[in-house]
Formats: sequence, C-alpha cells, structure tokens
Amino acid sequence: MTAVPSAPVVRRRLAADEWMMRGAVLAVAGALILGVGLPLYTMLSKSIEDKNGALVGFANYAKYFETPALRQSIANSITISAAVMVITVGLAFVFAYGLTRSCMPAKGLFKAIALVPLLAPSLLPAIALIYLFGKQGLLKGALFGQEIYGPIGMLLGEVFYCFPHALIILVTAFSLSDQRLYEAAQSLRASSLRTFLTVTVPGVRYGLISSAFVVFTLVITDFGVPKVVGGWYNVLATDIYKQVIGQQNFQMGAVVSVLLIIPAVFAFGVNQIVRRRQVALLSARAVAFQPKPSAMRDWCLFGFSALVAFCIMAILATAAAASFVKFWPYNLSTWLGHYDFSNTDGGGWRAYRNSIEMSAWTALFGTAIVFVGAYLTEKIRGFAAVRAAVHFLAMIPMAVPGLVLGLAYIFFFNSPANPLNFLYHTMAILVICTIVHFYTVAHLTAVTALKQMDPEFEAVGASLKVPAYVTFWRVSLPIAMPALLDISIYLFVNAMTTVSAVVFIYAPATALASVAVLNMDDAGDTAPAAAMAMMIVYTSATVRVLHWLATRRIARRSTAWQRR
Amino acid sequence: MADRARGRGAPYLRVIDVSKRYGDFEALKNVSLDVWEGEFVCFLGPSGCGKTTLLRAIAGLDVQTSGRIEQGGQDISGLPVSQRDFGIVFQSYALFPNLTVAANIGYGLSPRRMGRAAVERRVAELLDMVGLSDSGAKYPGQLSGGEQQRVALARALAPSPGLLLLDEPLSALDARVRLHLRQQIKALQRRLGVTTIMVTHDQEEALTMADRIAVMSQGKVEQIGTPNEIYQRPSGRFVADFVGTMNVIEAELLAGGLARAGALELRCEAPGLAGGPVAVCFRPEDIIVRNIESHGANVVAAELNDLEFFGSYYRARLTITPGSFPVLAEFSTNAVVDLGIRAGQSIKVALPPSRLRVFSRQQ
Repeated sequence: MTAVPSAPVVRRRLAADEWMMRGAVLAVAGALILGVGLPLYTMLSKSIEDKNGALVGFANYAKYFETPALRQSIANSITISAAVMVITVGLAFVFAYGLTRSCMPAKGLFKAIALVPLLAPSLLPAIALIYLFGKQGLLKGALFGQEIYGPIGMLLGEVFYCFPHALIILVTAFSLSDQRLYEAAQSLRASSLRTFLTVTVPGVRYGLISSAFVVFTLVITDFGVPKVVGGWYNVLATDIYKQVIGQQNFQMGAVVSVLLIIPAVFAFGVNQIVRRRQVALLSARAVAFQPKPSAMRDWCLFGFSALVAFCIMAILATAAAASFVKFWPYNLSTWLGHYDFSNTDGGGWRAYRNSIEMSAWTALFGTAIVFVGAYLTEKIRGFAAVRAAVHFLAMIPMAVPGLVLGLAYIFFFNSPANPLNFLYHTMAILVICTIVHFYTVAHLTAVTALKQMDPEFEAVGASLKVPAYVTFWRVSLPIAMPALLDISIYLFVNAMTTVSAVVFIYAPATALASVAVLNMDDAGDTAPAAAMAMMIVYTSATVRVLHWLATRRIARRSTAWQRR
Repeated sequence: MADRARGRGAPYLRVIDVSKRYGDFEALKNVSLDVWEGEFVCFLGPSGCGKTTLLRAIAGLDVQTSGRIEQGGQDISGLPVSQRDFGIVFQSYALFPNLTVAANIGYGLSPRRMGRAAVERRVAELLDMVGLSDSGAKYPGQLSGGEQQRVALARALAPSPGLLLLDEPLSALDARVRLHLRQQIKALQRRLGVTTIMVTHDQEEALTMADRIAVMSQGKVEQIGTPNEIYQRPSGRFVADFVGTMNVIEAELLAGGLARAGALELRCEAPGLAGGPVAVCFRPEDIIVRNIESHGANVVAAELNDLEFFGSYYRARLTITPGSFPVLAEFSTNAVVDLGIRAGQSIKVALPPSRLRVFSRQQ
C-alpha cells in the first residue's frame, strides 16, 4: 500500500537530561547485576563444580540424592510446609473474614496484634515455645509426652511467623469485593451459605492461592524456627547451614540452595499470574462492601479472633517474660540481667548497635536506589531493553530465599579474583545483601506509587524546558513521599529481623542482633537470646510508631493539596 | 485572519510525509499538512485515527518513524521535547498537585533568568488572563475541573510559546463548563494570536473553534479545510459521515448524471465520476419541503413516519416511497406549521441536485 516503504527513519536526538537518565538507569542495572545476577550465577555454577573448581556436571546432585538423610530433609520440608500452609491459611481466612465482613468489636486491636509477628525474627516464637513447652515448660503437659523439639514446635512457630503474611493478603482480597454482588445474591434469595460459597469464596480465591504459596515458600525457606526448635527433624534450610557452617561443604550447600530455589520460583510464578487476575477482578465501578451486624456471626468471629490474638500475645509475652525473670521457671523475680549481654556469645550490645546501623543504612540507601530505579524504569522514553532488564532483575530477589542469597554472596564476594573482594566482612556487604534480599516488594511498592501519578508530568516539565531531574525533585518525589516512607520502614524492620541472608556473611566486628539471638540460643543462653529478640521487637515497634506519626503528618500536609 | 495568512508567506508549521509505526501497526500513514502562523487548527477524528499520535509527534513526545516536521523554518523532526517551542495542555491537565496554582503557572519561568519580580508579574498577568486572580495560593485539588483546565492553559502559555498544543482539553468536563470554556479558549487564542493545534473527537467543538479542521481516519488526513468547507463539501464518504448527520443512499451512477437505486432515480452533479457504484449523500436540512415545485428536479413522494420537536425545527423520519429508503430530514418549525405537516402523512419532498454529494463506492 505504501508507495515508498524505505523512507529514512527519523533519529530521535536526546536532551542532556535524557542522557543523564539513561546513564543512571544503566548504573542501576549494573548495580543489580552485581548484587543479584552475578552472585546467583556463581552459586549455580558452584553446584556443578567439585571442591577444586573443576566442572563435574550433576555429580553433586547425584551424591545428594544418594544420601538418605538429606533426601529425608526434602520430604520433611515439604510435609511441614504443607501442614503450616493449611493451618495458617485456614486461621487467617477466618480472621480476615472477621476483620472485613463482620461487625465484631475491637477489629483495630485484633488487626494490630495480628501484625505483631512481623516485628520479630522467626527465632522469637521458637524460643518462646521452648519456654512454654520445653523440658521446664509451663505447659509441658499439654503435649502429652511429645517433645516440642521437632515437627510440633516447628509447626507452631511457623504458624506464628507466617500468620500476618497470609492475613495481609487475605484482608486485601476480602476488601476488594463488590457490595453489588451481595445485593444481587440477596435479591435472588440465595441462602447465606450459598452466598458464601458462590460469592465470597470465588471472590477471594486468588487471595487464597496467593497466600497459600506465600506461606509455603516462607516455611520452606525459613531458617530461624527449625534452627531453634527443629531438633532431630531436618529440613532443607537447616541442611544448608550445616553443610556450609558445620562441614564447610560449599558445593553441597549450593546444591541444597538450588533445590530450595525451585519451590520459591514456582510460588513466585503463581503469584505473578494471580496478581494479574486479581486486578482484573475489581471493576472501577465496584462498591465497597459494608457488613451489617449479625449477633451470632459477629460474636463467634469475635471469640475466634480473640483466641488467635491471645495466642499471638501469649507467645510474645512469654518471650518478654523470659527476658525479665531471673531463672525460668524456678525463680520468677524480675531481673534485667539478661539484657546485660557482656557474658554471652553473639556480640552483645555491639551487635544490637550494628543492627540499628545496618537497618538504617539499608532503609536509606535501599529506599534511594529502589525509588530511583523504579522511577527510571517507569519514566524513561525508549531504551526499552535496559528498562525491562532492570525490572526483571528487580523481580528476581523475591524468588531467592535469604539463605541462598547469603551463600551466593559468600561465593561471589569471597572469591579472591573478585575486585569487590574488599567488601567481604564489612558492614557494606550486609547492607547490600539486605537491600537485595528485600528489593522486590520495595520495587513493586515504588512502581505502584509511580503508576498512580499522572504520566504526563515529565512531558509537561520538558515542554516548559525544565530538566527531568528538577521535575523529579519538585514533583514526583514529594508526591511519592508516603510510598517512600512505606518502603523505608519495610526495609528497616526486615533488616532488623532477618537472619537467613546475613548469617553467612557477618563478621565478628559486624555481628547483628538477630544473629546474636541465634548464637546465644545455640550456646544455651536462652534467656539472653529472648532478651535480644525482644530488643528487636521493641525497636521495630518504636520505628513503626514513628512511621505512623510521620505518615499522619504527611497525610495532613497533603490534604492541604486536596481539600478546600 | 487565518484566511488572510493562508497562501501568503511560508507556513509556520509543516508536517511533511510523516509516518509512525508501532511494530506492524501503522498509526500514521504519510501525513502532510501545513499550519500558518496564528491559525487554530483542529485534528478531528474517531478514537484510534492517529490524531493524538500526530500531536505527540509534533511535540516530540513520540517521534515519528519517518518524515519531516518543520516549525518556523527549522527542521525539528528529531529534536528532544525540551528543545522545541510549544506549550501543551493534556486531557488530564497534569497539574502538579503539590504545588500551588501560582507555582504551577510559574513552573516554566526561571527566576534565575528572568528575575523573581518578573516571574511574579508574569504569573499575576496569566492568572488575570484566565480569570483566576484570587486563586494563586490555592492548590489544584481545591479548584473545579474547569478552573484546573484554565490553570493548565496558563501554565502552557506562560513562557509565550510559538505553538500551543491542546490534547482533548475539554473532554473531561461536563457539558455546560465545556461550552463556556470553548468560547474562552477561542477568545484567548484570538487575542494572543498563538498558533494552536487542538485534538478532539467532538465535531461540534471542532466546527465552532477551529479556523481549519483536519479530519483524520485510520492514520490519514481525509480532508483539511475550513469548518464550512468540511461541512458543505466533504471530500469523501468518511468525512461526510463523520461530520454532521448524513443520509446515504447506495446507488448506481448511470450516464447523464442519473443515479439509480432500485425504483428511485435521482439527478445529480457528479463531475469526474465515470459511473458505477456510488453513494449519494445529503444532509437532513437539504431535504426541501417548501416550494418544491420551483426545484423541478428530484421531487419524490415520501411517508412521514415520525416528527420530533427540537424547538426551532423538527426532525422527521421519512421513508422515500420509491425504493423505500429511510432518511432523516429537518424541517423548520415554520414550514411544519404553515404546511400543516403531521406524522403519518404522505408528502412530497425535493432533493436539489446541487445539494447531493456523490462518492464512488469503488476503492
């Protein structure tokens, strides 16, 4: 149809600010390749090498599967993860239903309590369980002679640890439902059971799938609970630790890591699909659901929620109590001595200060690089390949368990051939590793915030001859401030509580509070371990409250933009 | 004013053979058009016709795949947005919500280059110009949609650009505000004499505001001309159909300017058409019901199915008896009263040959 198909293609010339943005996005891509791509690549290649670095193909894998004890770990990991998944999602489903679909009292309090486990390392519930059900436990009899060390303890600890993660997803899913569907069901005289089965459950099915996979992945990759309370019940996560720290068998550690990535990648893939569907579910015209009171239902849900909240608080209170009493359970007088960490392993108060420092740097640099990276991938015109690469690299960390990332960092940064070797055993590598570990969620939060902005801000700025970085500074950044705060608090709290990624790469001088909990517990200093775990909880809680106050202030200021 | 400018001197903006491809999809196909200084040109067309793509190519936001764009004699084809000379108003306004109205308007004015006092003066002047003198300290979120639109306009005009681009600027507003703003924008454009291009899918907007309209369809400019030309002498079936209401009768063109559609024969003027399948088009107001004898040609019988009152005129649904073609007609209220026309009647109407537009149906 076109007469001259080969008209010369117009070459778009770039302004100075556009060159800068492209340079910056290349820098972010480079940083992500160094922080994500190359370490993982090194780890994958280690799994097919022998101790001397010669290529041996799948020999390590073959050896792994010939070892019955290691094979047993796979079965154990899958069993415990599946069990925790079923229980946690079940509990969270009812709890979320109560929060969103009933008129029960104290919803705000229940929700706040349900999110408490996010403030603690997963070591904390395990330690608390030992105090409750261990050899000197108060409630030892409740186990009918069974030991808490083993699958029972793991089950209980993991449910505590995973509950808020499942709850957040399900609450979101429930609150996305459309009131009009319920009105339609009512006008068609559907029974409440039928309405529940045909409207409620289908409406949250993606949330159910998503939360199930998230919980499964969390459990199979968690290290804190099985380390403390797993006992003889070996799982993949503790196997990595034993292979690497115990036997210095890095190749076998790499093999287990690769196995551990598989379920995580799978869960990640499912989550991506589900996320896309869930968005499509809610039309713009949907009407938010408003529950109507129903005494029977509301009080049943209240009773259930109160019981769950009580259990969560009981675990936390046990850890707090254990840290404050002289000698559980024989001498219950109050004592602050467990908070004097000078006679214990793990680094003591220095480790705590290190944790604060590490979390602060992680929040600061992490938020900066995540937001700038997300901004560039969203706002640059053209340069599609690099933008897609940054986005892809940003999504990878979600599918990489912390232990695996930590091990990959040993392989990559400890190699003498690596010019970045000087980072090894420094605070910097802990910060980098932690930023990378939690990159994906932070990145997605930033992308969501940016997508909500008018896409033409930059175009308007450019047409008025204002450089892109000025518009970024004067407009995009202030508007995104709530999201930036969310990202920084998320990074801070996770940096405080994480054990898995950093346990391989900390040095004596850079010991961290969460690792100190682990080491003190290992050395039998359970009460100081509980004290340190509680220090982490106090800190995370304080930061959360500060964040809440800051968000309120910003919200008040930005309402000046919106209201008369 | 625009008519005077046209044909005299060089065009201010020239779009020459511009094409835009997204993969296999051709969003613009060899588009060429000229805009003279001070002109108000509308790109009119249905969604997906390429009008916004063309505007964004002129702005440099989505540079064309091939072809040339010149502004003020300079080739700007590949220039970055920031090195072009235009102000733009988007459909969403894209006002900065965290800056006051005054800061929004002054966004493109550099206090370093102009001096703070000069910036403040200019902002005050623009606020006054768009009738928002008291709103400088407010935030955009505190203004109504129409007021926000005026802020966006003032912001675009602040650096006195040579070209003003408006991308569906009125489509997010309700009807009354839209009508009012239409006149305001037009008056402002006249006063400032700034060359303006507006993209719209609303034919009424284009007809009332533009000096010239470029009607676009499927990535091509179908016709460019004054609103009158576009309405009275559409160059093709698409333009005829898209702008205003048009009755279409598919017919066979015979020798001697006679078009036959079944039992209906219409005399028409079709210079340049050899014969074969054609579409005979005429507007509702071109169906004559008064003094039909004086017209002589093309007087046909029709059934009046339905009359709808619109105040100064009636809209009538007719079936032309020979061939039973349904058509729409507009009869003035006077004619309806004087002739005692009522629904259900059989009447005679004339279709003057000079008002019939004949387009070939062969592509």
